[in-house]
Amino acid sequence: MSTSPPPIPPPEEMREIFRTMTLIRRFEERAAEEYMAGRIGGFLHLAIGEEAAIVGTVSALRPDDPLTSTYREHGQALARGTDPRAIMAELLGRETGICRGRGGSMHLMDVQRAFYGGYGIVGGAVPLALGLAWAARYRETEQVSVTMFGEGAANQGVVSECFNMAGLWDLPIVFLILNNQYGMGTPVERAAAVDDFFPRAAAYDIESWKVDGMDVLAVRAALSEAARLAREERRPACVELLAYRYRGHSMSDPDTVRAAEEKERWKARDPLITFERVLLGEGIIDAEGVAAMQAEVDTVVDDATAFAQGSPEVPVADLADYVYAEPWNDAANGSALVRP
Amino acid sequence: MSTEVKDVTYREAINQALREEMIRDESVFLMGEDIGHFEGAFKVTKGLLAEFGEKRVVDTPITEAGFTGLCVGAAMAGLRPVVEIMTVNFALVAMDQIVSNASKIHYMFGGQVDVPMVIRMPGGAGHQLSAQHSHSLDAMFAHVPGLKVCVPSTPEDAKGLLKTAIRDDDPVIVLESEGLYGKKGPVGGEDHLIPFGQAVVRRPGRDCTIVATSRMVWVALAAAEQLAAQGVEAEVIDPRTYRPLDLDTLAESVRRTSRAVVVDEGWPECGIAANLAAHLYESCFDWLDAPIGRVNSADVPMPYAKNLEQAAIPQPADVVAAVMATLAREVPR
Ligand SMILES: Cc1ncc(C[n+]2csc(CCOP(=O)(O)OP(=O)(O)O)c2C)c(N)n1
Ligand SMILES: [Mg+2]
Repeated sequence: MSTSPPPIPPPEEMREIFRTMTLIRRFEERAAEEYMAGRIGGFLHLAIGEEAAIVGTVSALRPDDPLTSTYREHGQALARGTDPRAIMAELLGRETGICRGRGGSMHLMDVQRAFYGGYGIVGGAVPLALGLAWAARYRETEQVSVTMFGEGAANQGVVSECFNMAGLWDLPIVFLILNNQYGMGTPVERAAAVDDFFPRAAAYDIESWKVDGMDVLAVRAALSEAARLAREERRPACVELLAYRYRGHSMSDPDTVRAAEEKERWKARDPLITFERVLLGEGIIDAEGVAAMQAEVDTVVDDATAFAQGSPEVPVADLADYVYAEPWNDAANGSALVRP
Repeated sequence: MSTEVKDVTYREAINQALREEMIRDESVFLMGEDIGHFEGAFKVTKGLLAEFGEKRVVDTPITEAGFTGLCVGAAMAGLRPVVEIMTVNFALVAMDQIVSNASKIHYMFGGQVDVPMVIRMPGGAGHQLSAQHSHSLDAMFAHVPGLKVCVPSTPEDAKGLLKTAIRDDDPVIVLESEGLYGKKGPVGGEDHLIPFGQAVVRRPGRDCTIVATSRMVWVALAAAEQLAAQGVEAEVIDPRTYRPLDLDTLAESVRRTSRAVVVDEGWPECGIAANLAAHLYESCFDWLDAPIGRVNSADVPMPYAKNLEQAAIPQPADVVAAVMATLAREVPR
């Protein structure tokens, strides 16, 4: 890959990228508060620290490029433009949630925005992304399927199966390995024979490389090139992003495994702070502009949270809705959900 | 006579269903190991690659989890994949894609996308293939809400149920029987769909109801023949789909005969027969004159030796004995 500095997007887009990164950060922080207050149940995986990886990726794609992700996916939905209200309401398990309270934090989807979902089985969604790429080729559209998964997921057999099929059939897919260096409490060096993951895809004849996942413009440039390969040359690509998450694996992880010194070192590279510096340096935004943007984002997050808190619960009578495409609740025939 | 229906094999019936649905709908494609150039391990897809080309008849690497998941994704995008898993035994490798993805996606995302796919695969014992190649895992699939499960016993059903499955908007598991591929019978035409959730009476009778599917229907019918010679008229009912299940037809029969035996090639513990018996106890308790009989494969991994294998899988004599046991019971009045 070229080592020249990534192209600088127009100022308007730079500000938008910064705003989306800020929105994700503030949204995640608020989600943590809602979790601590007991209004969010289950698992809550925050992507704080990974904003550059997420926004750099999404900003490089077309709005109809199918995107799939893991359970750490609030940011992907926000970056795709899903209403923060519908996301927060989903986290709170409300009727107004984007998945009507059936999915929760780990299973957001916004098919209108080609966000094909967050999935909870590590590595399990990668074949789905391959299928979305398959459909794009079958229908001869220009879409590129992009799937984000962790370096831990890269150790799953099914991911290698997908590399093989993508390379074999030249499917329009970008595999995005978000290497945040840990799978729960296990660091890469205790889980993988080789520290780099992109060579695994390269072994299947997939153009693959690694970039700094804390630098939003570097991510954006890499994804633009990867998407171009898939779109124009109809070849798969794989990008490994080296990044770091600032919180524990999920809210239930006290994050005692990782050394304080290591965390501090990575916090010095906080993608929001470094990107703000770039914007200020280039004169794309000034300090007042930053403050105004942050205030605006805070009102959006406040509004989403108030909306979610004020939303009705899902009626229990609707428990069996959506099991099948056609409602099919005939308990008498013994084969649908039998209600108490 | 031009209206005469020609008998075809179960294998040909499935081939007809695939071919007709591929002609009817461009979004239908087939994917599986050795289904194209090799025309299928059981030759079910004979001629389809030649007719439809490599875009729609896709030979895959040996990678069940990967291509099953790929087809879930393709279905989410609105295509209608028909996956052939060479045999049920290999579906275990793809179970995560079937159970955690295919069956869940419509529900967990609040109905935003359908998963209109079919996974067809043969199973069953009887060919001395021993423990790893003789599974009947119907109960595992039927356990899962969000899946639909078909178990055709005749060429007509194999064709009609598969056509319905391909047009259905949910993931459908079609469990074929290795032992039935050569079985001949009449089949319906292009427009003959068999709706899900409709049991059929294979043989009427008044003394005891035998519930069976797939190859076990033929075991049950052989047993009914032997019972008739002893003056016992057994009614044989084939549910044809486990999800949805036509409990009404089963219960109506059991209320008439007051006795029931369920035959199932799977293992006895937590199995299909246990489940159907539970449904019948719940719906027919006051009508029953005897405990419901269950005939299953033995609770062992399938052995290789021919005599052991035959001893392990349900035989007509086992069904006869189970029916006679329900009749032998004195009814306290
Ligand atoms: C098949 C499977 N095994 C284990 C888990 C439990 N689990 C959830 S997340 C996780 C770590 C995944 O690490 P990685 O892929 O690097 O993603 P990250 O969480 O770092 O974003 C594990 C082990 C799971 N959800 N699925
Ligand atoms: Mg990780």
